Amino acid sequence: MAIMNQDIVKPENLVYTKTKVLTDAVMHYCPGCGHGTTHRIVAEVIDELGIQDKTVGIAPVGCSVLAYNYFDVDFEEAAHGRAPALATAVKRLNPDLYVFTYQGDGDLAAIGTAETIHACNRGENITMVFINNGIYGMTGGQMAPTTLVGMKSQTTPYGRNVERNGYPLRITELLATLPGTYYVTRQSVHTPAAVRKAKAAIKKGFENQKLKKGVSFIEILSSCNSGWKMTPVQANKWMEENMFPNYPVGDIKVDGKIVENVDINRIVVDHPLTVVNQ
Amino acid sequence: MAFKGQIVVDTDRCKGCGLCVEACPMHVIELSKHVNGKGYNYSEPVKEGCIGCASCALICPDGVISVYKVKC
Repeated sequence: MAIMNQDIVKPENLVYTKTKVLTDAVMHYCPGCGHGTTHRIVAEVIDELGIQDKTVGIAPVGCSVLAYNYFDVDFEEAAHGRAPALATAVKRLNPDLYVFTYQGDGDLAAIGTAETIHACNRGENITMVFINNGIYGMTGGQMAPTTLVGMKSQTTPYGRNVERNGYPLRITELLATLPGTYYVTRQSVHTPAAVRKAKAAIKKGFENQKLKKGVSFIEILSSCNSGWKMTPVQANKWMEENMFPNYPVGDIKVDGKIVENVDINRIVVDHPLTVVNQ
Repeated sequence: MAFKGQIVVDTDRCKGCGLCVEACPMHVIELSKHVNGKGYNYSEPVKEGCIGCASCALICPDGVISVYKVKC
């Protein structure tokens, strides 16, 4: 039976609850999906900065295509991969608004590569939130550019083969080399501590828009437990063991300068998987 | 100084992913044997000992957990 201590449950003792910037709609994401967590921390940042009426989000195509149903801020829906282009237009026409894109790896790193690279190279004054789960989740788990070497997906049933499928695309490192990016970081949402760090990074990304110095790019590593065919807890563990060596977590570029000790030219991307998924 | 906490789970919206069970440092959360309207085994606090750290609420993808905390 559930324990319920009514003496504690009083409005003055409340320390954490869902922010009002998220609507009450039940999210369509699979149980344990990192999208829900990331939605929540983005909404909390908007709430804490008090910019709910001055924020425009750009929704992508992919699992998070219905993001506009969950955020209680103005949203626009972009064509597949074109969120940075739409964000450019919104920001240039309304320079005082806070504009962010919310994209997955299929949207940002595959079909939208051109828009992403050029928006970052132009140094548009926007925040980009990039969810990397190494798979096309919405369409049933096909190989994405970010799929790890050896990782199984619907279109690579024997694991990703470098000779046939190429190497995983580390687009965050790639974008960090462009002069138009001001803040580039990679975070994850698999533990409470990681969620706090990711939230701080997103907050910094939104605050950077006031400085008008360029793109703030926040990659969030997320598990796709249904695509990887694992339980949510197993998927988070698998992500920590296998995704982190290939996609090291931490700041890559801060205040327009590459962070020391970060090797963005690292060639080795075929860290062997500890356990093959599926 | 110690803290005493209490979580309230919105059981209708909970999807039973179990991440809060794993995240709880005091191991006081478990998945219920009962299911909600969508057929998920929702999570619930089953033991005394909650310290109100809000780890469960931070990791919850669906934001269904509210945390209350008092000093004691």
